[in-house]
Amino acid sequence: METTKEPGRTRYMNPYLGGVLLGIVLLAANFISGRGLGASGAIKSVVVATTQSVAPGYAAKTKYFKEYHEEHSGSPMKNWLVFQMLGVLVGGFASGALAGRLKFRVEHSPKITSRRRLVFALLGGIFFGIGSQLGRGCTSGSALSGMAVLSFGGIITMMALFGGAYALAYFFRKNWI
Amino acid sequence: MGPLAVNDIISSNTNFFLAFVIGIGFGFVLEQSGFSSSRKLAGLFYGYDMVVLKVFFTGGVTAMLGLLFFSLFGWVDLNMVYVNPTFLTSAIVGGLVMGVGFIMGGFCPGTSFCGAAIGKLDAMVFIVGLFIGVYFFAFGYPMFETMYKSANMGSPKISTMLDISDGVFALILVIVALGMFYVSEWVEKKFPQKEY
Repeated sequence: METTKEPGRTRYMNPYLGGVLLGIVLLAANFISGRGLGASGAIKSVVVATTQSVAPGYAAKTKYFKEYHEEHSGSPMKNWLVFQMLGVLVGGFASGALAGRLKFRVEHSPKITSRRRLVFALLGGIFFGIGSQLGRGCTSGSALSGMAVLSFGGIITMMALFGGAYALAYFFRKNWI
Repeated sequence: MGPLAVNDIISSNTNFFLAFVIGIGFGFVLEQSGFSSSRKLAGLFYGYDMVVLKVFFTGGVTAMLGLLFFSLFGWVDLNMVYVNPTFLTSAIVGGLVMGVGFIMGGFCPGTSFCGAAIGKLDAMVFIVGLFIGVYFFAFGYPMFETMYKSANMGSPKISTMLDISDGVFALILVIVALGMFYVSEWVEKKFPQKEY
């Protein structure tokens, strides 16, 4: 399952084998459920569900939540992507356990502090959260799944996403290299 | 025949259960490929590790070819498979904003859950950020709504937009992907590998 290169290095699967397996998972999602993979949609479900339980009055008269219910039937948590993301946590944990990678830690370049890494992780998450709503899906839901079904919008979003990150890579280089 | 859930061959509850199983496969493959590591993911933007490009495009091409062949064999009706809609303005702006998030945070939503699953605290903080971002969008929706809904083009396929068949586009994408894999292998040799 794992490629052995230099000893002592964290060993990961061959990326092309990983890609083929990822493609099979995505194909299975389309064949079984008629839809692709996703991640940000599950976060949206949790946002809708929590807002409705904490502030039902606000949710009932606010447009975003009303539009959500025009597009989705039933409880926001009884959602395909919510079940899929619970699976992602299980699958990721299982893989990390098998590979001996389970450990609480902040991963960062030796040139920056943990604190700086966490601040940028938080800011990055905020941007990604907003962007995923505008893009109607994230790297999984819009870019990857969109590519598999030849969605024009998905491919445009993919190019903008990677293009945007490349365009700014120079300014954030200290965090990574 | 397929998609099974859309054709009522499997029940809604079975579909949810299989979503969970598919998620396990998704998470397992992402973690095995190293997508639980932000430094490995960010390597794409500095050339020291091109794993994202390799896995992403191999995955996309595999699924795309699989769907086209399944359709050819009559195993799946592509008209019943969801095609992401295109709202051109928000597709571009949303993609760019996600690009900012990617280079700052080092994760995307799916990979951050993988990282969190193996104990990466930076991934957990990224997820907190994701929630803040989505709440902000939800509560500030009137601010975004015009852009969010502008330039609605329906759900066109890129092959239709380019006026070529799905198969020809697939062939072009395969060739482009192979070219990028070749360049990736070359780039990785040029830039020093990082230890993480």
